[in-house]
Amino acid sequence: MKAKPIFQCRDLKIEARPWAQEPIEIVKGISFNVFPGQVVALIGESGSGKTTISLAALGYTKPGLHFSSGEAILLEKDMINLDYEEKRLMRGEHVAYLAQSAAATFNPSLTIGEQVIESALLHGALSKETAEKRAIELYLALELPQPYMIGKLYPHQVSGGQLQRLMAAMALVEKPSLLVLDEPTTALDVTTQIEVLKAIKKVIREEKSAAIYVTHDLSVVAQIADHVVVLYDGVIKEQGTVEEIINNPKHSYTNKLMAAVRPTPKANLIEQSVLESEHSNSALVVKNISAGYGGTNKRTPTKLVLHDVSFSLNHGEVVGIIGESGCGKSTLARVISGLLPASSGQILLNEKELHPSVKNRSLNELQLVQFIFQMADTALNPRQTIGEIIGRPLTFYHGVKGKKRDEEVREIMRLVELPDAFMNRRPTEISGGQKQRVNLARGLAAKPTLLLCDEVTSALDTIVGANVISLLKKLGEETGISFVFISHDLSTVSSFADKIVVLYAGRLVEQGTVQEILSPPFHPYTKLLINSVPELRVGWLEETLKKQSTEVGISGTVEMTDVGCPFYNRCHIKIEGLCNTTSAPLTSSLSGHEIACHHLDMALLE
Amino acid sequence: MKNELEKDVPETDAYEELHDVPAKSRLRLSWIGKFCLGIVIFWIIIALFGSYLAPYHEAHFIEEDLTGNEFDDPSFMSPTRQVLLGTDYIGRDVLSRIMWGARTTIGISFVATILAYIVGIFLGVTAAVAGKWTDAILSRSIEVVLSFPSIMLGLITIAAFGSSIPILIVLSGLIYAASVFRIARALSLDIIVQDFVEVTRARGEGLWWIITREVLPNIAMPLATDFGIRLIFIILFISSLSFLGLGVQPPISDWGSMVRENLQGLANGFSGGAIATIAPALAIASLTIAINIIIDDISAHDGGSLSGKMV
Repeated sequence: MKAKPIFQCRDLKIEARPWAQEPIEIVKGISFNVFPGQVVALIGESGSGKTTISLAALGYTKPGLHFSSGEAILLEKDMINLDYEEKRLMRGEHVAYLAQSAAATFNPSLTIGEQVIESALLHGALSKETAEKRAIELYLALELPQPYMIGKLYPHQVSGGQLQRLMAAMALVEKPSLLVLDEPTTALDVTTQIEVLKAIKKVIREEKSAAIYVTHDLSVVAQIADHVVVLYDGVIKEQGTVEEIINNPKHSYTNKLMAAVRPTPKANLIEQSVLESEHSNSALVVKNISAGYGGTNKRTPTKLVLHDVSFSLNHGEVVGIIGESGCGKSTLARVISGLLPASSGQILLNEKELHPSVKNRSLNELQLVQFIFQMADTALNPRQTIGEIIGRPLTFYHGVKGKKRDEEVREIMRLVELPDAFMNRRPTEISGGQKQRVNLARGLAAKPTLLLCDEVTSALDTIVGANVISLLKKLGEETGISFVFISHDLSTVSSFADKIVVLYAGRLVEQGTVQEILSPPFHPYTKLLINSVPELRVGWLEETLKKQSTEVGISGTVEMTDVGCPFYNRCHIKIEGLCNTTSAPLTSSLSGHEIACHHLDMALLE
Repeated sequence: MKNELEKDVPETDAYEELHDVPAKSRLRLSWIGKFCLGIVIFWIIIALFGSYLAPYHEAHFIEEDLTGNEFDDPSFMSPTRQVLLGTDYIGRDVLSRIMWGARTTIGISFVATILAYIVGIFLGVTAAVAGKWTDAILSRSIEVVLSFPSIMLGLITIAAFGSSIPILIVLSGLIYAASVFRIARALSLDIIVQDFVEVTRARGEGLWWIITREVLPNIAMPLATDFGIRLIFIILFISSLSFLGLGVQPPISDWGSMVRENLQGLANGFSGGAIATIAPALAIASLTIAINIIIDDISAHDGGSLSGKMV
């Protein structure tokens, strides 16, 4: 690259100055360049300072942080030393920021169109007409549905993936020279992630803008970046072109990141530990469960979320429940735990029927089923110490008190690999991964036979998430607990589960062992999910997008239909006149597992 | 070079997450917080021992100077060595009345605020946690109380029961319990939708545990912040009742009524009685502002957000 860099970071140092304490250095001397048309990825786990560095390009630090030395030069101006008014003019026009959560960034009471062109009008860069024209150009480039109409909608009227793309339009409206993207796909489902990645990649190419892409996911980096900067603890560990980093990583930390990338689910590579069904007294049987929300009478909800779902689970087994957000996975867990009583159907625990509502279950039944919530941040009471949190189920279910309780708490903490010293800390004083361990430990303290894990790794970054999964595996082996493991991430599930249940729009579309699910015949939806898991190699995105099933699959959105197959509008092999009128029953396929599709096995093999 | 770089990446598997957050030191006040704490402690000492320390009784009329000469008009005298803050509208020592009044003002409003808090929090949190019918009945009844202007409610009650200090305490306590109820209920509603409350519900815990262990500790801080403001409201409420002659009855002094009864002195300027109004007003201000700053200081350390706003 001979051209002059658009953005230069020179020995940038940023520190935090906590109240009445010594300053802590967060970013410890970072230097890198961004050239025109180049996408530079900042990669590292949470706490590595990647977001803090990317915000320096806007001359901004989060409250409590200060630039201590170094320069962040954008178009020959040092963003750090500009005054407020000068920064304001640079932002939007020359540098734009795309936040992680589009849903939290849009104002729900203004139309999308108003918000997309707002910054251009505020800066006086464009007139209203040209700005609107420019916005429509961008909607077209980002392949948004109804580009001439979408600006008149409100944020809640479009899907999450569309909102993420609209935020890209908002950032690009003034044709900035540099785009800062902060984990724009991390919170999305795999299928939505493809849709957003594709649009962002295309639009960056077409607009010829440079970009800083912040992420912790190496396989995403492989798809989108030209140059990669690997960060750890505010220090650059390694940087180079994407090919160099992916194919020939030099630093041990990069290798560690590579290892934590979720393996692409492939049937033949997975060792199948098929459990003998001799001692087949099942741990959990879910029979024809329907459930929903709304309505005054619990037995007749106005909005059904789960339709007639059945599956079973033997002792010591792990069943993975997968599907996109909104498919009813978490609702299923809430139904099993009794927090949301089912409107019809039965739940059998150890071959005894459970009352649908948690209020009417006995202490013993409550103890045997424990629910591990998704967000450890909100699932732990910030006002209780770790010791109190883990100790409470011991007292509540088993009447253990005083010194004996402390001892047992310590034992459980050792089981989840937490140091004893954490007993007196509060949840705000430990890291995200540690919180998730406490969350798990609380469930284990009840000594359950069944653990319901709702997306327990989704909020964690790859390395920490991988650690939690290996801990769960270890616990499963040591204690013989059965797991219902809910996730939208097929690769995580397939590395851990024995059986997989695939949900789509509240209906069960396929179930079987991991081996059966990951090998043909596939339900078209399962196939889409499998194809959407990003692979750690350059060029994967383009290849996948060429596949017809992906193309059709990512263009549609989930629709809750009462008639016909719910996947109809996204299916590449739908049968007009049959799939949209009759829902397919679950039938046994050639390989012996159940698929709900009108097609015969042969059509599903490919 | 490469080996050197690798050293600082931890190799263990169990604790790979970055930065072990150090345990927080609890409750440390800034210098301004300590100063305000001093003010509050000062007023508490005055409230407890003011009646012994004061040069005169609160109802004592200053009739003659230190040498025994009688005053023509002892009202609204400017400060002298004999009366450090001058005299009030009928010639009583302002300093002594402030010292005596500390007990009445701080005592009544403090006890009333605590009463308002106990009643308001208990009902508010119960309404939020229990929900459904309990919530509907409690909320509607509280709205009835709130729909009356508090001073009207006070007038009616005092007309019925007469004015005495216990009546004043119960009256203002219950009137302000209604607004505490609303705050407590609103704060609790935010807490009970959190996952950790859901966890306890899934565990099968009862109402009492959820109220006392899960909800109350999490709303304590915002409620404490509100305490100072509520205390001021009650001081002002009792002062307005006193102004109407229905609050603290003469000759007992309280700061609020001192401000009111000496208002005419303000027109005479500093030489003629303005201090008799300004001094008790300053007493109210110093106490309430000091309480607020201390609470802000504590919550700034606890949540961290306030310190950022103050910089």
